[in-house]
Amino acid sequence: MVDVLYFAWVRERIGLPTEQVETKAGTVMELVEELRAREERYAMAFSDISALRVAVDQELTEFDAPIGAAREIAFFPPMTGG
Amino acid sequence: MVVKVQSDPFDPGAELTAFSKTGDNIGAVVSFTGLVRDVDDGLQEMVIEHYPAMTERAISTIVEEAKGRWSLADALVIHRFGTLYAGDTIMMVATSSKHRADAFAAADFLMDYLKSRAPFWKKEVTSQGDGWVESKAHDEDALRRWDR
Repeated sequence: MVDVLYFAWVRERIGLPTEQVETKAGTVMELVEELRAREERYAMAFSDISALRVAVDQELTEFDAPIGAAREIAFFPPMTGG
Repeated sequence: MVVKVQSDPFDPGAELTAFSKTGDNIGAVVSFTGLVRDVDDGLQEMVIEHYPAMTERAISTIVEEAKGRWSLADALVIHRFGTLYAGDTIMMVATSSKHRADAFAAADFLMDYLKSRAPFWKKEVTSQGDGWVESKAHDEDALRRWDR
């Protein structure tokens, strides 16, 4: 089980801020494929990976990163702080 | 180093005065204050979302990087989240050092990194609807200035 978090328009498109996901994915990209296959709203949110960023256990990383024993994976658009 | 992530307003002047007294033998303090900019349609409000479990750590990592690159006495970052209005203070950065070049460069670096690497997202609400502020290509270009 891994906690999956969504922020900004990703959260709005999927319709929830967080959920627990049962996954066998080895990498973030494999998790994305599993989510895309679920429902249209996930497929929409994850249609263009280049428009998304991912953090594994609160560290920014790449989509080919391994999930390993991660407890929390967050998806969001490019950040707009400052 | 002080990092504050908060919804409450703050007084940048008071923060700067307090920060200027913390350093030992400092000769320079540089600060930047970011405000909510109005938009053509008239900004009703700006809603800033963040990733609470990650925000302070991400900012601290950026500040540590700045401390490794320049000779800084101290650094301060305050960033708000929640609902803000045009003209409100969103955030401030302050750096102190013995000589001004370090404080200027570090503050510039911190702003570039906070813009694109701290987990905040801004949504603008106007009479025409609402929309998430998109990151700009020049924000990423700004980061590449610091590659080494």
